[in-house]
Amino acid sequence: MSGLKLAMAAVAVLGLSACSTNPWNDDLNGGAGAGGAGAGAGALDPASPAYFQQTVGDRVLFAVDQSSLTPAAQATLQGQAQWLTRNADYVVTIEGHADEQGTREYNLGLGAKRANAAREYLISQGVAGSRIKVVSFGKERPLEICSDETCYSKNRRAVTVLAGGLTG
Amino acid sequence: MKNFLAALLIGASALGNAGAAAAQDGPLRIEIDQGVIEPLPYAVPDFVPETAAASEYASQIARVIASDLSGTGLFREVPASAHISKVTGFDNPVKYADWKAVNAQALITGGVSVNGNRLTVRFRGYDVFAENELGSGLQFTGTTEGWRRMAHKVSDAIYSRITGESGYFDSRVVYVSESGPKNDRRKRLAIMDYDGANVQYLTNSASLVLAPRFSPTGDRVLYTSYESGFPQIHVLDVGKVQRQILSSGDGIMSFAPRFAPDGRTVVYSQTQGGNTDLFSMDIATGAKTRLTSAPSIETAPSFSPDGSQIVFESDRSGSQQLYVMPAGGGEARRISFGKGRYGTPVWSPRGDMVAFTKQNKGRFHIGVMRTDGSEERLLTASFLDEGPTWAPNGRVIMFTRESQGSTGRALLYSVDITGRNLKPVKTPDGASDPAWSPLQQ
Repeated sequence: MSGLKLAMAAVAVLGLSACSTNPWNDDLNGGAGAGGAGAGAGALDPASPAYFQQTVGDRVLFAVDQSSLTPAAQATLQGQAQWLTRNADYVVTIEGHADEQGTREYNLGLGAKRANAAREYLISQGVAGSRIKVVSFGKERPLEICSDETCYSKNRRAVTVLAGGLTG
Repeated sequence: MKNFLAALLIGASALGNAGAAAAQDGPLRIEIDQGVIEPLPYAVPDFVPETAAASEYASQIARVIASDLSGTGLFREVPASAHISKVTGFDNPVKYADWKAVNAQALITGGVSVNGNRLTVRFRGYDVFAENELGSGLQFTGTTEGWRRMAHKVSDAIYSRITGESGYFDSRVVYVSESGPKNDRRKRLAIMDYDGANVQYLTNSASLVLAPRFSPTGDRVLYTSYESGFPQIHVLDVGKVQRQILSSGDGIMSFAPRFAPDGRTVVYSQTQGGNTDLFSMDIATGAKTRLTSAPSIETAPSFSPDGSQIVFESDRSGSQQLYVMPAGGGEARRISFGKGRYGTPVWSPRGDMVAFTKQNKGRFHIGVMRTDGSEERLLTASFLDEGPTWAPNGRVIMFTRESQGSTGRALLYSVDITGRNLKPVKTPDGASDPAWSPLQQ
């Protein structure tokens, strides 16, 4: 084989630059990753993204193959709506996710339903729809990586990601 | 990009004197549908180098042919260590007795010559026990870079003559190459020969990419990219690595694209207001047509080879099931009725079957059924199998198998539609979402 010298052309890469004029692209709470349970939130500025993530709660969880909001999810979203009403500079992208039990395309559709359920609830609580985008990642961005329900339950989520909000 | 599928013009021609039409129904025949128990023994001694630069190609080509044929599970190689005869000249008479003695029922011989970067491969197949040729000899000419393709073309010809089916070895697979841990998985598009050779990357891993699909002629690839932050459909010209975005509009998600057999229309899923439906788009004009209008999830569409129908999945009944509708939309007929959930249907290139992913009792299966849903047959079972794609001859299916747990990773596997010959497809990293090209021209 070695004598054949097959040229394996490394392939040029496609355009990379993401447009950054869009406020939704200033991802302040780390996309699918950050946030979660509030630890030591006492000192946080209530107008800060960190407060939104940790004290208000930036995510809601779903039952298997469901996109309906539990009472706990509704309570979290009420808090999000209040925070967004007080901090009107922020726009959000709600990311919908699924656990790994399911086919790829179906989970994209399911994540979209979850994100949209959260969006509709925020709108019902007075947040302008123009401030809320949704995107589904299906099963592509799990937070927890074990293959049982303790992880799956945390991966079936809709995460409200803040962007914009240039004033404090 | 020069050694990509362009650059390689293979000319095929019948060898000079082999004029008479070969007997089509010679004794050497594998009927694939019977479910072969005992693979057919064959020998493929190193091809004969006919110029000085040809010697390495001559042995490597024979090895690729052996890998192709034995890899089907239908053939078993009689190793060189058992050979009695040496083939020293392509046109020398075959010593049938020597090949009978080692029970090689088929024999493949060849000659290779190199002139500059031009490679010429001649071959003949023999039915050893009938003492005659398997069809007429053939000659392929191409670039030296394309030597593996010429080996695959020999394999396709031999396979076809012995099974009566068209081959699938001179084909490519586009897939998603995966690296990194499960919670930080990097994905990029890659393309390779069907056997895992000649891997090349088509995108970098800056943006999540999913589910590439070949055009009917294999020159373009549709896929879903998150480059904009939202899933959108891109078309990539494989030869030029040029890309076009099929926009659905700002903030509208579109995914699961697949070409129509005409190569001009794309059918795909689009999500608006949380609801996923099927649409088609004319690539040239961008004109869109809505195909379904239901509050449920409609996705994973795939055309019948004649372009008249689309098979897709929908959870309109309460769980994922398979449906067939006219290509322009309209009433859909459910075809899956077994236990569990059915998704990712793909119409076979012969038009007679649909391959699918089935979930039942916490397990995943790749299966096939008739296009009316009858004769369902599950080919695999594991923690997570999904996303079948058909070999161009409709005899073999490749799919993604993901292993369980925190160290789980995705790899490609292939299996015959008989359920036999399940095996991994070698890739440099993790791999998912394979799509098999048509046979190359």
